[in-house]
Amino acid sequence: MQSGIEQNIEAEYGKSESLTIEEAIANLQGEDRGLRYYAAWWLGKFRVNIPEAITALIAALDDEEDKTPDGGYPLRRNAAVALGKLGDISAVPGLIRCLDCADFYVREKAAESLGMLGISLKANPALRVSIPKLMELLEGGLAQAQPIPGCPHLAQPYGAVMEGLGSLGAKEAIPLIEPFLDHPTELVQYSAARAMYQLTQNPKYGDRLITALSGDKLQLRRAALADLGAIGYVPAADAIAQTLAENSLKIISLKGLLEYQVKNSSSDSPLLSEAAIHIMTLMDDLL
Amino acid sequence: MTNNQLIQLINAIENADSSERLLKAVEALADARLEAGIPTLITVLGYNNPGAAVAAVDGLVQLGEAAILPLLNLLDEYNYGARAWAIRALAGIGDPRGLETLLKAAETDFALSVRRAAAKGLGNLQWIKMAEEEIQPAQKRVFNTLVLTCQDPEWVVRYAAVVGLQNLATAVAKTQSDLFLQIISHFEEILNGEVDVAVSTRIQLGLAQLAQISLTPF
Repeated sequence: MQSGIEQNIEAEYGKSESLTIEEAIANLQGEDRGLRYYAAWWLGKFRVNIPEAITALIAALDDEEDKTPDGGYPLRRNAAVALGKLGDISAVPGLIRCLDCADFYVREKAAESLGMLGISLKANPALRVSIPKLMELLEGGLAQAQPIPGCPHLAQPYGAVMEGLGSLGAKEAIPLIEPFLDHPTELVQYSAARAMYQLTQNPKYGDRLITALSGDKLQLRRAALADLGAIGYVPAADAIAQTLAENSLKIISLKGLLEYQVKNSSSDSPLLSEAAIHIMTLMDDLL
Repeated sequence: MTNNQLIQLINAIENADSSERLLKAVEALADARLEAGIPTLITVLGYNNPGAAVAAVDGLVQLGEAAILPLLNLLDEYNYGARAWAIRALAGIGDPRGLETLLKAAETDFALSVRRAAAKGLGNLQWIKMAEEEIQPAQKRVFNTLVLTCQDPEWVVRYAAVVGLQNLATAVAKTQSDLFLQIISHFEEILNGEVDVAVSTRIQLGLAQLAQISLTPF
């Protein structure tokens, strides 16, 4: 949930904190932990895709200084998030190393970012080296993945891992992902459905996410909106427009469908297909 | 409908202890279409409950003109969530008395959800309710503001500006063919520079739909 991180940081540091690129890179390597933490987030937020930023962020993935009492690595988390947004293949080895980090949230952010790199660098075979390590985190299946009493998270960031594998097109992971459709936590089920759809294009997985849009909890409907937008499942358009959630989230979800529709309509069909026009009509109503 | 019934409807909103009950209570007040319920419907816009806010906006839009002045007077300057819903209600009603508020919101509001609602609303104004000599200058102002809004850094605001401009073009097709053509050429101009797939697709849809209008004789 990268939006969660962004909200926390904006609440903590305010929107007034403005940096130049040079300052951000300098801060990231400076003494002040607060400034380092903020700079890592800032470089990702403003997509500072230059070699100096990438190198400094990769180095921050191995930071040992910024450590919470319970063993968390705040700077590593932010650096991992930023590297996912910057779309540079050289971040892959460091992110794979982060999948072994003792801090759950570093593993989670690294898995999310590998998935994002999978989307932005679709055809790059160098990304496939991360697949075996991600699959390793699913080992033990549902038995290992049960909720841990008193712990706010599962043993591994299963959702982020499956979404990453889905975005990387890791068909070999299908047998590992499928059992997670029956996980006791809805969010994990959705991640499994999302990945299964990406890997198989079978509509039954997309339809499962449509069903999730009529669930009771707003938080779960929001998650299903994000998942449907991410996979661009066009048959979900009307259900997205009708679910009870913020218009902003519905519009973003529909945008995912529209982009998928535009990019995937065959070159001999007109750009403004009936489906695309229908999606835009729904978006217009939600503005 | 007696005064007692109104009080009951309002009490049901104030005492709702779940979002489902709140939604039902707001829908009931909205369906009653009572002008005296307007302040309560506006208050609901600030509850940070999207379901209830949608129902309240629907209710306010149905009440139409009667809701305009209370909305303009009670517009919450500090709660951007509430302001976005209020702008959406003003935009849905389309009363030109909301013009100044919508122009200002589209150009300067810091919240993108407010800018986008205002941009769309500017295209939906019911010009017929305006004094005749004021219509053309006001339409020109709306055009200028939406041209600016087409450069917004947020894709969704640019998308809304395109929707607003298309609706403005449709509204002026018979009365101001020069403005109509100006909007078409503006779409052609921004199409080249647009980086967002959704926005550029929406511009193309606007061009295609406006082309159909221009084929019919004025």
